[in-house]
Amino acid sequence: MSVEIEFEQGGLATEEMTLNMGPQHPSTHGVLRFIVKADGEVMRKATPDVGYLHRSIEKIAEKVGWHGFMPYTDRVDYVAAMACNQGWAMCAETLGGIEVPRRGEYCRIIAAELSRICSHLLAIGATGMDIGAVTPFTHALREREMINDLIEELCGARLTYNYMRIGGVAWDLPPGFRKKVARYLDHLEPCIHEINDLLSYGKIYTERLGGVAVVSPAMAMSYGLVGPNLRASGLKHDLRKDRPYSVYGDFEFDVPVGHGEMGGVGDCWDRYMMRIWEIFESVKILRQAVDKIPEGPVIAKVARTFKPPAGDVHVRVEAARGDMSWYCVSDGSEYPYRVHVRTGSFAAMSIIEELSKGLMIADLVAVIATFDIVAPEVDR
Amino acid sequence: MDTQAIQRKLEAAFGGVVGPVASGRVESWIEVDPDRIDEVAAMLAGDADTRFECLSNLSGVDYPAHGHIQVVYNLISYTHGHELTLKVNADRDSPEVKTLSGVWAAANWLEREVFDLLGVNFVGHPDLRRILLPDDWVGNPLRKDYVEAPDYHGISTIRESMLRIDLPVKD
Amino acid sequence: MSLINSVPEMVLTTKVDAFLNWTRKSSLWYMLFGLACCAIEMMQTGGPRADLDRFGMAPRATPRVSDLMIVAGTLTLKMALRTKVLYEQMPDPKYVLSMGSCASCGGLFQLAYSVCDGVDKIIPVDVYVPGCPPRPEALTEGLLLLQEKMMQEKWLVRSSTPATA
Repeated sequence: MSVEIEFEQGGLATEEMTLNMGPQHPSTHGVLRFIVKADGEVMRKATPDVGYLHRSIEKIAEKVGWHGFMPYTDRVDYVAAMACNQGWAMCAETLGGIEVPRRGEYCRIIAAELSRICSHLLAIGATGMDIGAVTPFTHALREREMINDLIEELCGARLTYNYMRIGGVAWDLPPGFRKKVARYLDHLEPCIHEINDLLSYGKIYTERLGGVAVVSPAMAMSYGLVGPNLRASGLKHDLRKDRPYSVYGDFEFDVPVGHGEMGGVGDCWDRYMMRIWEIFESVKILRQAVDKIPEGPVIAKVARTFKPPAGDVHVRVEAARGDMSWYCVSDGSEYPYRVHVRTGSFAAMSIIEELSKGLMIADLVAVIATFDIVAPEVDR
Repeated sequence: MDTQAIQRKLEAAFGGVVGPVASGRVESWIEVDPDRIDEVAAMLAGDADTRFECLSNLSGVDYPAHGHIQVVYNLISYTHGHELTLKVNADRDSPEVKTLSGVWAAANWLEREVFDLLGVNFVGHPDLRRILLPDDWVGNPLRKDYVEAPDYHGISTIRESMLRIDLPVKD
Repeated sequence: MSLINSVPEMVLTTKVDAFLNWTRKSSLWYMLFGLACCAIEMMQTGGPRADLDRFGMAPRATPRVSDLMIVAGTLTLKMALRTKVLYEQMPDPKYVLSMGSCASCGGLFQLAYSVCDGVDKIIPVDVYVPGCPPRPEALTEGLLLLQEKMMQEKWLVRSSTPATA
């Protein structure tokens, strides 16, 4: 480890420090560790050290079977768990040649968009808290509690849902659910505007986030950034619009991109605002979904001992943190042969080392928060 | 461009290094030699007709019955909207594949993960070390013949709980 | 001559003990040790609806100023070594609450190769709260149970189980 000694004006000798940040730290993003080499307040490099939440989910898939793996998919990204459920169900359905009934698809979309709003609320609140604004976090938690109530009515659980099954969803919408969702959405939109007024355009906030860690489109694509992180750099790619899976083709919604209002296109502020804009788009989709949902069964008939024929498949779903790519190999037996997930936070974590050169230590917190990294997605 | 057209283009440029389009029940893929995969990838990323800007997924699969470890690459192009799957088979006893971290920066961490969990050596990788497991871990857990150590730094890994599930050993 | 655990059991001394325990249980500061999914439920418990601040419990970032370590989430073997270090950095008297199935017994990750089956393999635990994840009401009940346990402790009075100081 080399030590650089610089003599600045006035003959003051400085040395590089090596600091350790994490794995336990006052942030909501989970157990992440950074080894920071800093010259005073300015970082030379921040190397991530991951794996503190590696729970070997992929190996467990080979032991518990196709149906039994569904609760584990919740834990891949527990903040927005419905999309992970959907990814796994789509893998199994593509390999087994099963078609999901339309009402089942609509239930899946309603659940996935509700959990996307949940995840973005937490991301917004956590970003605020990391910068220092603690109050909007409680506002976000308050709204999140109401979504938890709705989802608890739907499937019985508040956080790790296990709602979807191979072939559809486990239970139909309870009576009166559609009215409750519509009423909640009417309540939510003014609350997001309130959080926006409190936080997003405040001077301290825009100074802390504007122009920090600008990611160019070429860099974003090379590092494999996906989801809101990619769209903040100006690239209009959303899997729900480009390659509509499930019944996303039935809905009308926009895909917001970053404009660089407060600095460069693709800075931290753009990434943060993406989540606010995406909540409004999810609200649009939900309103249309509860309006247009058809009657019918919610799950197709799938054998208890589900044995899809041998083969492999790549399935991509647009989760809250971006395009989640599932690769699944089947050998014709009741247990999957290999399951691999590539998540949005994994790519985001890998770009931080490159972006951190020249940033301040306080900016590192802003960068982690705005990339919306959760530890289980990185470590699985 | 569909997979057949891409395969013809690659075969014209690289000859026998690139295999024909193989199709499973759902997906089709192209098999490539492990020591020329970096050149094939560089061409796919740089060529104006294919323009694969993004490496979407990189997975390793252990096939002890066939005697190889397979690395599966899923490439996507945002410009043209097409996808491609490449497969590379590396010998199981000393698996070596050329690294793609010079072509796509995303390959850096994805290859480290395959090195960590399956033991594949990526030739030319700038920083090949364990990523998810501790640095002093022994073995590659995602291999089919992996046996767990009884303890780690004095913490026993034997499960005393009643919820033990003994599954039949598959080969 | 130390006063701790040295005085016979009388009305005055038990009242002093009760007073000391009441002051300690009413301001139990917990360290933010959220590892996995249970951390989100721990945050919601500290949130607006199931408020933990009404019991005097405030989240603290560093172990040096906290009384309670709520182990919320799965403990991997890589993290287990650091958990021991963090536990030893907490000053006495300290308590550990194991929140959720993963921290209590490994939970649904018992089949994993990299997970430590329960935090009690490394540090002593006072209260176990089952659930996956436990509801805020369940976590609150666990904390109230811990408060009841703290009220039983004897500081001044002679006792067969001496104080943890």
